Amino acid sequence: MSSILAAGRLDVNALDYSILALYFAIVVVIGVLARRAIATSEDFFLSGRSLPAWVTGLAFISANLGALEILGMAANGAQYGIPTVHFYWIGAVPAMVFLGLVMMPFYYGSRVHSVPEYLRRRFNAPTHLFNALTFAVASVLTAGINLYALALVLRSLLGWPIPLAVAVGAGFVLAYITLGGLSGAIYTEVLQFFVIVAGLVPVVIVGLVSVGGWSGLQAKVESTVPNGDRLFSAWAGAQAGHWTNPLGDWIGIVMGLGFVLSFGYWTTNFAEVQRALSAKDLSAAQRTPLIGAYPKIFIPALTIIPGLVAIAVVPNLGKDGGPTYNDAIPELMGRFLPNGVLGIALTGLLAAFMAGMAANVSSFNTVFTYDIWRPYIRPGRSDRHYLNVGRTITVVGIVIGIGTAFIAAGYSNIMVYVQLLFSFFNAPLFATFIIAMFWKRTTPWAGLAGLVAGTVGAGVMHLASYHIGYFYPGGNASNHAEINAQMANFYSAIVAFVADAVVTVLVTLVTKPKPIEELRGLVWGVPDPDAPDAAQAKKPRTWWENPKILGFGALALTAVLSIVFL
Amino acid sequence: MTQTGNRTRDPADRSSTLFDLRYLIGGLFTLYGVVLAVVGLFDSDAELAKAAGIRINLWVGLGMLVVGLVFLAWARLRPLKHEPADAEADAER
Repeated sequence: MSSILAAGRLDVNALDYSILALYFAIVVVIGVLARRAIATSEDFFLSGRSLPAWVTGLAFISANLGALEILGMAANGAQYGIPTVHFYWIGAVPAMVFLGLVMMPFYYGSRVHSVPEYLRRRFNAPTHLFNALTFAVASVLTAGINLYALALVLRSLLGWPIPLAVAVGAGFVLAYITLGGLSGAIYTEVLQFFVIVAGLVPVVIVGLVSVGGWSGLQAKVESTVPNGDRLFSAWAGAQAGHWTNPLGDWIGIVMGLGFVLSFGYWTTNFAEVQRALSAKDLSAAQRTPLIGAYPKIFIPALTIIPGLVAIAVVPNLGKDGGPTYNDAIPELMGRFLPNGVLGIALTGLLAAFMAGMAANVSSFNTVFTYDIWRPYIRPGRSDRHYLNVGRTITVVGIVIGIGTAFIAAGYSNIMVYVQLLFSFFNAPLFATFIIAMFWKRTTPWAGLAGLVAGTVGAGVMHLASYHIGYFYPGGNASNHAEINAQMANFYSAIVAFVADAVVTVLVTLVTKPKPIEELRGLVWGVPDPDAPDAAQAKKPRTWWENPKILGFGALALTAVLSIVFL
Repeated sequence: MTQTGNRTRDPADRSSTLFDLRYLIGGLFTLYGVVLAVVGLFDSDAELAKAAGIRINLWVGLGMLVVGLVFLAWARLRPLKHEPADAEADAER
């Protein structure tokens, strides 16, 4: 990772810096205003459950639209082309709709503070602790990726060395999370969403025009890359047995990415679910991921197209001696954007970094405080004590994130690393949740055993995949650098899911289930008669507030686009 | 965007209006949009050539201006209601 921007440092002037400075001034204003609204730990961690759906919905998508997502998906776009849409249309939208329509009533209606807390009430304390710990580890690892992604941007902007850029970026995030808590983070995320889009649109427009439109892009890429036509078809070469699609066969894409990884991430990752839990009522909580799904459908245009343009116009992208795939967007910014929009694009990228890292850190401090510190380390203290713990642990999380940023620096395509983390930490969770929610007999100890089995299964499969010829483009497992890492990750996720599911069922059959009274509101078919939201959620006030219409609308739109880009 | 707060007179209302995120988004985008559009009108030939001949500052500026004005209009026409807990909580502190 020692590449330097081929186009040289970005040509930034006073106008661009003013645009950037104004944005950060607004972020500070939001932090200060949010701080005035914080009186209790619930205000700090869940925004007092008071936010309207359009705010939590855009924050939901923005929390995922970190610099990691933008740089990483552009890297995928450059490396894999159009098949990258699978990460959006297969790998996100269906799961977001499922979260909103099916799972949100359990989360929001049971008034839990976090995803691990759901596991404590559904299963037992050991399951809860295991999940809280793995989530905490995953959060700081992911925070490190976002920090590293920022450092890449700062390096191309100012020529700073990566370590300095990492430290300064960490300082920014620290300032605004400790200032504003989750409200500050969520409000800022909504603002970020619009700035990120405004910054990426000019890159796409100028990039496309400069290569002669869509057909010109296709012709240029095909003349640059061997078998370049593969990059323009989402499903070509995805047959099982003898795949040539850059993402491997359809089993990995549909089952590994689309089912296990996607549902695992979107429905159980607390950094996402937390945004919905801070909505003002159940209906708003359900609409949170559904409102987020619509922008998600169109974001690939802002990430994959720049990746493809970069392949066409940046010499040696992704090759030895050239810039890495991760540099695709900064390269295009340097080439195409005049001062002014350059400042907007830069602000968008830096904002995106803040969005991603702040989401990781704010969910990390919630889980640490509510799910590790309060139940197991210092129970029964005052609310003020936990609020202070939350603020302190934010600092600790960011410091650890600085360390993990250097792990991320070891991967040339950061999305590969991200999917690896997800296959370890998120894939097993989804198996446990889906069985727990729909099979009320599932026993407390089955929860723990299933999660452990799933995580171990993913680990074993990850190590084994390097020795299986099927995961290599030529079928030959001799050179480990040639492995199709994404495909191997998809299969690791499938193994994690199956291991978790099998062990959960087996252990359930030999252990004692929870009494049904303790499961009210937590499992399908056992409603909680005291749940305050049940009646209200059934009556949407207008048709556009109806979660079902929103959800199926998103699915239909995705289906149409999938056919267009088949 | 402190000037957006001056639109309401009642001091109890002021913080909730300030904290109506739509004013912040609308104000920021309006300002960015105006600046970019003006810069775009005076872009040099070299800058035009860099952006494949498109007056990109002007077009992006106009787009951001429209988004900004839509947010300001939305906030103005549908102000925060005072029954929901969020408006109340913000106003009290």
